[in-house]
Amino acid sequence: MEILIIIVAGIMIGASVYLMLSKSLIRIIIGTGILSHGILLMLLTMGGLKRGGIPVLDDSVQQYSDPLPQAMLLTVIVITFALTAYMLVIAIRVYRELGTDNVEELKGVPREDD
Amino acid sequence: MTLIHFAILLPVIAAAGIGILYRYYKKIHLGWFVLPIPTVITIYLFTLMPAVSNNQVVHETLDFMPRVGMNFDVYIDGLSLLFAILISGIGALVVLYSIGYLSQKEKLGNFYVYLLIFMTAMLGVVLNDNVLMLYLFWELTSISSFLLIAYWFNRERSIYGAQKSLLITMFGGFLMLGGFIALGQITDTYSIRGMMAQIPAVQESALAPLAIILILIGAFTKSAQFPFYIWLPDAMEAPTPVSAYLHSATMVKAGLYLVARFTPLFAFAELWVWSIIAAGLVTLVWAAFNAIKQDDLKAVLAFSTVSQLGLIMSLLGIGALAVQTGAAEQVFTIATVAAVFHLINHATFKGALFMIIGIVDHETGTRSLKKLGGLVTIMPISFTMTLIASLSMAGIPPFNGFLSKEMFLEAMFAIGQADFSVLADAAVLFPLLAIIGSIFTFIYSIMLIRGIFLGKKMPATPKTPKEAPALMLIAPAFLTLLVVVFGLFPNVLSGSIIDPAAMSILNISEPLNTEIHHWHGWDSPALWATVAIIAIGTLMYIFRDAWRPVYRLGSDAFTLNHLYDQGLIYSRLGAEKITDGYMSGYIRSYLIYIFGAFVIFSLITLINTDISFDWGTTAPIALPDLLIVLIILAAVAAILITRSRMVSIIMFSTIGFALSLLFVFFRSVDLALTQLAVEAITTALFLLAFFHLPKRSGNAEPRGFKLNNLMISAAVGIIATVIGLAAYSNRLFDSISQFYIDNVYDLAAGGNMVNVILVDFRSLDTLFETLVFAIAGLGVFVLLKLRVNKEGENKFEEHP
Repeated sequence: MEILIIIVAGIMIGASVYLMLSKSLIRIIIGTGILSHGILLMLLTMGGLKRGGIPVLDDSVQQYSDPLPQAMLLTVIVITFALTAYMLVIAIRVYRELGTDNVEELKGVPREDD
Repeated sequence: MTLIHFAILLPVIAAAGIGILYRYYKKIHLGWFVLPIPTVITIYLFTLMPAVSNNQVVHETLDFMPRVGMNFDVYIDGLSLLFAILISGIGALVVLYSIGYLSQKEKLGNFYVYLLIFMTAMLGVVLNDNVLMLYLFWELTSISSFLLIAYWFNRERSIYGAQKSLLITMFGGFLMLGGFIALGQITDTYSIRGMMAQIPAVQESALAPLAIILILIGAFTKSAQFPFYIWLPDAMEAPTPVSAYLHSATMVKAGLYLVARFTPLFAFAELWVWSIIAAGLVTLVWAAFNAIKQDDLKAVLAFSTVSQLGLIMSLLGIGALAVQTGAAEQVFTIATVAAVFHLINHATFKGALFMIIGIVDHETGTRSLKKLGGLVTIMPISFTMTLIASLSMAGIPPFNGFLSKEMFLEAMFAIGQADFSVLADAAVLFPLLAIIGSIFTFIYSIMLIRGIFLGKKMPATPKTPKEAPALMLIAPAFLTLLVVVFGLFPNVLSGSIIDPAAMSILNISEPLNTEIHHWHGWDSPALWATVAIIAIGTLMYIFRDAWRPVYRLGSDAFTLNHLYDQGLIYSRLGAEKITDGYMSGYIRSYLIYIFGAFVIFSLITLINTDISFDWGTTAPIALPDLLIVLIILAAVAAILITRSRMVSIIMFSTIGFALSLLFVFFRSVDLALTQLAVEAITTALFLLAFFHLPKRSGNAEPRGFKLNNLMISAAVGIIATVIGLAAYSNRLFDSISQFYIDNVYDLAAGGNMVNVILVDFRSLDTLFETLVFAIAGLGVFVLLKLRVNKEGENKFEEHP
């Protein structure tokens, strides 16, 4: 299971890199989203999967699954959300100001008459 | 921290107070508050003199960074005491003079703060035993010099001169640091005393020539030796008190100090000795020759300073021969004494001359020789002082310059006759160059007296000239008095200061008992050389119009200044080209650099480390797990293929929701809940943004472009997988998770471990996470609402 998940995470990371290298802003944003998903899976797997119960204290449970990666990843999820929201707004603003979402066309000094 | 450490740091400590004082109190000229500082230090240093004259040394240690061998070790022997007294003594006079020179309208706070920083830096250079600390203070002198040259920073020439001096001296300083480190490698210590104890090790080392070259470049750049001298004339844009202090009496002598300090260590090397002699003599002649063509009085003095520094440098080189041959060679020992003596003399007469020229500039409004003349009746006191100081510089008896110049000539004649295998035929060059240099020195000294004070009166000066106020005259008058006193009674100095300093350079402990005489008998070659210098110099001065056209020969394209300027332009252009080459401005290029570096460095690491893949027992794969994994992979594939944005957004959400299901299977309920909530909002957000983004979907991407991306992303994906697998199967440390599991109730009284870790154990992290969130929120708000209007002001939009 762990090996499968690591490979899936690797595929997701590769796909996200492909998306981030493309020209369209929206694809870049989706790419970063997938990148963070891939890393989420990767990190979670490092603590081992399905090794014990839900990490909530219970006298009847002998072994818990690792709570530490979960706590870290909670932070990751939330921060990723903030990042995605911010990037989306940048994309909107860029399109509104410059009339394009092609990053190759964004380079250079804005026109004087704008 | 001893008294002597405090004395070194006193100016910089006082600088803080002076800066604050200036903000709130401007009634009395700030200089009066600064004046006591160098005065007190000078008095304190004089109290150390009796002990040092008796061949005792002061050695105080203060640990600063002992682990890297960088300690604030003060070491005072004759040489460092001489320099320290020069620095603080001339410093006091310069501060006194500046009170008259700088009006209260100027930014006095800046001036005195920089000056005080310089004092500490310079004292730190000469009183340090640790080369790393020495380097630190050395660069601090460059920085304070830079600030002082650029004091009038709205003048273009000031900025140019400041930048030039900084670039050249720091270039040298940095190389010097390399030399110090090489020495440290050889001797395993950064203490100069410690290095002296290991002279044989240095002699044998193959690194020694490198250390010698690097340290000499440091000394030559600082002391404005050929070909690095070009910064000094441009440094004359500084206020005159600064020129008198830094660029004549003290800072430019730091290079001489360095050479003198390291002479016992390096004197064994022919490279050391002859480089110093050659650089010194070439500088002496070349700068003296160029001084004559200058029109600006300060430029004349700048070139004259360069030339005199060359003179002292060459004397130190000959002194190094004395160390090499074991001090038995009487004449070469005299060279060292002459070097020290001339160093003192130069500080007195050149300091006085700079101050007088400052006065002339101050009272007439010009420094141009063409516009000046006939001031003798108007400024009689200044004239008298110029006469004495210039004649001393020219080497006319009975002033102190004559005595040291005579010793210099003697040393040059001695080396001309000595039998050194390396220069069998060239030996005659030494006295010849010395005499030529001295002739030019004589000419420009006379030029100063004649050009400013004699001849017909010039009516065209910008200000009506008058004698300077007494306040400005005290400092140069004191220095001129020293010129006369040292000239008449040189032996006042010889026992107390010169001999201890010379003994430090020669590294001997038996007293030298130097006696300086005015008269050496009819058979002294130096006497006849002096006569010849005066005679030829006078003749050449009278017929100067006949040979001055020689200065018009040669094109500007071949000057060192031109080389420097071009070098600056081309290094800027080159840097621009290189930077433009990789800073394309496309985000894609930067991402490729980042991913490329990631792949390459990871590959190198993976190849070079021995990694075994052993994953032990893994969890079994259940059917639902497999199903979800397949969904995720299908969604990823769909996003890659599709050109519709709607589809890609839906697929992106699919991945997110599938992920939260996966979390449920992995017993991570908190993650699953959060992921569900966040994914819902993210999807909504994407759909909102969708409305504002272009209808046209995707941008044309050629096949090659796609192939490139595919290769990079495949490489990154594979490397990431390999790293993941390697990390999973190789655990270097035990997990710290057990601590949280064991203590979750005892320490935090909570049952849900993930929550307790977030809000209790790692609560600061979570706090800052909310901060990140707040910043992102602000960013979103500002990006949506803020507009720049036509006037360039930021304005919030009423209706977005």
